[in-house]
Amino acid sequence: MSDVRATTLPADAVHITTNSDTEPFWQYAKEGKLVALQCGSCGHFRMPPTPFCPECQSTEKNWKELSGRGSVYSYAVIHGFPGIPDITLVGAVVSLEGADDARLVTNIVDVDPSEVQIGMELEVTFSPISDGWQLPVFRPAQG
Amino acid sequence: MSNGLRDVAIVGVGATPYYKRGGSAPQTNLELAGKAILAACEDAGISVKEIDGFAYYSGAGAGYGDKMDTADFMETLGIPEVTFTASLTSGGGGAAGSIGLARAAIVAGDATTVVTVMTLQQHKQRLGSVFAASAPDPINSFLQPSGLSGPGHLMSVLARRHMHLYGTRRDAFAEIAISTRENALNRPKAIQKKPLTKEEYFNGRIIADPLCLYDFCLETEGAVAVITTSAERAKDLRQKPVPVVAVAHGGRREWGRAFAWYGMPDEYFASSGNAPIAKRLWDQSGLTAQDIDVALLYDHFTPMVLMQLEDYGFCGKGEGGEFVESGAIRYKGGSIPVNTHGGQLSEAYIIGMTHIKEAVEQMRGTAINQVADAEFALATGGPASLPVSGLILGSAA
Repeated sequence: MSDVRATTLPADAVHITTNSDTEPFWQYAKEGKLVALQCGSCGHFRMPPTPFCPECQSTEKNWKELSGRGSVYSYAVIHGFPGIPDITLVGAVVSLEGADDARLVTNIVDVDPSEVQIGMELEVTFSPISDGWQLPVFRPAQG
Repeated sequence: MSNGLRDVAIVGVGATPYYKRGGSAPQTNLELAGKAILAACEDAGISVKEIDGFAYYSGAGAGYGDKMDTADFMETLGIPEVTFTASLTSGGGGAAGSIGLARAAIVAGDATTVVTVMTLQQHKQRLGSVFAASAPDPINSFLQPSGLSGPGHLMSVLARRHMHLYGTRRDAFAEIAISTRENALNRPKAIQKKPLTKEEYFNGRIIADPLCLYDFCLETEGAVAVITTSAERAKDLRQKPVPVVAVAHGGRREWGRAFAWYGMPDEYFASSGNAPIAKRLWDQSGLTAQDIDVALLYDHFTPMVLMQLEDYGFCGKGEGGEFVESGAIRYKGGSIPVNTHGGQLSEAYIIGMTHIKEAVEQMRGTAINQVADAEFALATGGPASLPVSGLILGSAA
């Protein structure tokens, strides 16, 4: 146990760009919705969003809204970031409920980093970043 | 048993001194690389004017901050004509495979005397924060916000999964750092020449838990060059030729976009992505891991050494931790000496090239930490984005 709480990078330190494949993900996030890209032809999930389904090469896209729950697949506890030496981040790979094997690289927040474990149940929350976008991050699931 | 490829050989190696980050100025990358190339020519007993091919890796990048250019080398070194100049894509994963690129040129008749070179300075960009410093793009926008800001941070996530699946302990990472340091102690050019104790390791600053300072490779500067030519021509040069027994680059989609993607199935997630390369090397050579006498494994981060030991079959999948902790990789008393030159963790990080240099010296029998009667050396590239690669050299004859 420690007093340290895992956080996100400050909003003004996080910039994203989009293209036609990825922009819907971020537009949904702006509305507080977590989605994953599902192939509109064969149903295979893929993240990050890309032009072709790697299973069937279709370009048909279905943006499936997810439950917002997930679990820790793996993670690192990061001490310091260039220009922000005292920050503690949990950088995590999260398995997304309802999206088969697709995973999201994100942060786990509102937690003592020493309590994070692989398999820990999570729920999504949204954190502001630059230019009005929102970043889906996760905290330990409540109940 | 197959005798391997043996149609080309390495005939020259050269290097600059190795410098801590910022220490190689006022030399430029062009000067550092040129010095390494000239030293490799001197070693081989050839004129630099005989070079007619360049086989790079890392997209001919000199680290993340600069590029190498064949025309620059030709103009400044006086190389009259090249008939081949090409590079493997991606990064340090292709280090060993660049010798295969040289071989491809020579076997195809496109060149006779091919140089592979890497040079590195870090005044434009520290390697340790390279992902934080990249301009946002649509794909890295799914990585950068997490704060996984450098290659070691990314591999820390792979290491955590390995620990979870197989019970791998930080003690194993410590043993890799400590044994590698031990090998650097007697090397005049090594950056780190003070013994590393287990206590110091465990007191080391945690950068990306589970990895600490000593799990990360050095941030150094310098250049290394290697000259490859046909087996036939190699017979007439200054050194006994070191034959290329097997060499491969590439990789599977499951390793895919690798550690910045994190979509790999478990078999690949907690791995170095080198298993398909290992299979091809063993198929080409007729050898197995048990035939290798010294292994020069790309060691940008300690856990990736452990995972390469598994991928190349020195131990079973998931058994790397126990294998390493047994002392198996020690130069003194180990069953497979690993990174006898002190590796990128303790000698110098020149993006994979010091491993090839050491493999050549081991096969010549001239290495500082020579493995007695060594017949086969393995050098690897990666684990990083594809291609990753591997190279088996045979004893000089």
